[in-house]
Amino acid sequence: MRFGILLEMFPIALMFAAPIIIAALGGLFSERSGIVNIALEGIMMVGAFAGAAMTVVLEPLLPGWAPWMGILMGMAAGMLFSLLHAFASINLRADQVVSGTALNILAGGLTIYLSQILFNQQRTRAFSSGLRKITVPLLDKIPLLGRMFFREIYPTFYVAMALVVLTWFVIFKTPFGLRLRACGEHPQAAASMGINVYRIRYAGVVISGALAGLAGATMVLTQDIQYTITSVHGTGFIALASLIFGKWNPWGVLGAGFFFGFSQTLSFYAKDIPFLAPLPLEVFYILPYVLTIVALVVFAGKTVGPKAAGEIYDQGKR
Amino acid sequence: MAAKKKDAKATPASAVAPLATPTETSPLEPAVRVANPVGSFDPDAGHAPKVILKRNKVLVPLVAVALGFLVGSIVILITGKSPLLMFNALIQGVTGINIALGGFNPRHIGELVIQAMPIILTGLSVGFAFRTGLFNTGAEGQLMVGALAATAVALTVKAPTIIHVPLILLAGAGAGGIWGAIPGYLKARFNVHEVVVTIMLNYTALHFNNWTILNVFGSVDRVKTAEFPVTALLKDPWLADLTNGSRLNWGFVPVILSLVLYWFIIEKTTFGYGLRAVGFNKDAARYAGMKVKRNVALSMAIAGAFAGLAGAIITIGTFNFGRALSAAEGYGFDGIAVALVGMTQAPGILLAGLLFGMLKSAGPLMQSAGIPKEIGGIIQASIVLFVGMKLGIERIIDIARGKRADRLALAAAENAGEVGV
Repeated sequence: MRFGILLEMFPIALMFAAPIIIAALGGLFSERSGIVNIALEGIMMVGAFAGAAMTVVLEPLLPGWAPWMGILMGMAAGMLFSLLHAFASINLRADQVVSGTALNILAGGLTIYLSQILFNQQRTRAFSSGLRKITVPLLDKIPLLGRMFFREIYPTFYVAMALVVLTWFVIFKTPFGLRLRACGEHPQAAASMGINVYRIRYAGVVISGALAGLAGATMVLTQDIQYTITSVHGTGFIALASLIFGKWNPWGVLGAGFFFGFSQTLSFYAKDIPFLAPLPLEVFYILPYVLTIVALVVFAGKTVGPKAAGEIYDQGKR
Repeated sequence: MAAKKKDAKATPASAVAPLATPTETSPLEPAVRVANPVGSFDPDAGHAPKVILKRNKVLVPLVAVALGFLVGSIVILITGKSPLLMFNALIQGVTGINIALGGFNPRHIGELVIQAMPIILTGLSVGFAFRTGLFNTGAEGQLMVGALAATAVALTVKAPTIIHVPLILLAGAGAGGIWGAIPGYLKARFNVHEVVVTIMLNYTALHFNNWTILNVFGSVDRVKTAEFPVTALLKDPWLADLTNGSRLNWGFVPVILSLVLYWFIIEKTTFGYGLRAVGFNKDAARYAGMKVKRNVALSMAIAGAFAGLAGAIITIGTFNFGRALSAAEGYGFDGIAVALVGMTQAPGILLAGLLFGMLKSAGPLMQSAGIPKEIGGIIQASIVLFVGMKLGIERIIDIARGKRADRLALAAAENAGEVGV
């Protein structure tokens, strides 16, 4: 019985985990390049808005494909939006937390403002269908695993999986990844080896914008019927938590994203699970945040994050 | 390590810093660091003469505000409306006078004050932490637990107003202080970065608040608690009548007291001096024998108390019941904006709080003029972004100020054959 519930939870947990993982990977690119990105939440909101709006507009023209165009639009919007963060914190040496905060405030205002202009209401119009769940033929016949990972799953979960592998490869196996990490550890040293720190950091932030935008669009097109101001409801910060909990490593991010996705899902199922039933729902909501604080304390004093993240890089200073 | 790099460009006092053991700066510093909060010593401007430096400190926020309104106007223009309607709404929000149609309604002034009160307090909260070199992104959560504590005292204690209200305000400030002390302690003891911890604590506070409101105090409709007794309220029919039925209440009294207290602690006490010293350069401060860790923890606690007080004032001033919230209300972000634009100075925070309060209170007026009220958020965010981009703004100011001087210098350089690239 209990096991049955667990299996039932899987598709939902994967649906929650996908945007968390994708956005956290975005944060990974940015922070590994040395730019702290607390604007993940805001970028996700912009991506979610763009994705939902695009889907609504294209639905009559391209039924079936509209959500995928929405996903692309979300990515593009996220990239564009993150350029602001890049410009402020790289070219103008703004404090990265200040600039990130500004983006978070801006996202709420901008998306709802545009909703009012485009749709005359506080949210986008509802789309008739978001992304559709898919069942992978053959693989879904695998006992147990098939039911867990391949039956009635949103395709964005596979996108997230692919991105984890891709991120790992790019960060640890390519020259670009090496340069990115160098800029996050010791930009002056990287610059002395002829690396253009500005350009690499721009790449880091823009990639993070694309991924966070993708995550936002994914979220709204799998978990919602329209974009509202609460569509993203703190998932960007959970992604930030996953990044820290996963020690700035793609595989760690994957694990943390799964874990937080499950803890959200548990809040729906807790009442059916005897030993969890007495716990208030709020415990499951709070879990990711409290665990992140605990993790930070446990990691304290160990080398975990990119050393130069958050530091302002000034070419003139060595 | 990180400590040394910071020293290299920091105050002259940092010359002594390398002597101090850099144990405080753990490698996990990563996440985010405010080496240079607005309003503190500015190492980047070291080349500029002192007078210009001071003038820029006031000019940067002013230019940022002007540019913010410019961006807002452009956004309104692009979306096919008239920015004049926005400015009309803003003027009406501040003075109560409707220029376009005529008429005067003091209710708008009352609503402006109502909107400004909590964000002045969260501005003080963020500003206080800034002064110690800490970034308090957790004013939102501290405000929520303050509101929760206020609800508890309002519902459970029976006392005459003269005792009940101060007790509620103290409870709010105390609860906010404790909530703020958590990241402060973690920062001091484990060097865990306060930005991440406070963000996580915001959401923890949100859900903790909701659970307590709904399960401990019982909710009428899954949204709010029963109404408070009259003795618990800051509301006053006289103030409401004076402003034609606005929600204005006595909450502005503790707000003003807080502003004075903030100024006094920071500028006039040894304790405040110690806090600022830690903000300037914590290695130098430690070398001078100051208790850096204690100051860091205390600073966050006091910052939290200001935000907690805001929560209490909202709860018994604007409302008369405890509330479960579906999402954060943005007071914490507003506080960051207020503190940055106010340059972490008490008078600046007051003005910035009124400015952003104006943007909020004029929202419904703009909405009825056909301009989505979210333009306020867009302008506010742009202002924060521009304050953050202070290097760019300084360049603009320099250009505007020194255009002629620059041209002369350029000509001289060209004559000397130095500009050939």
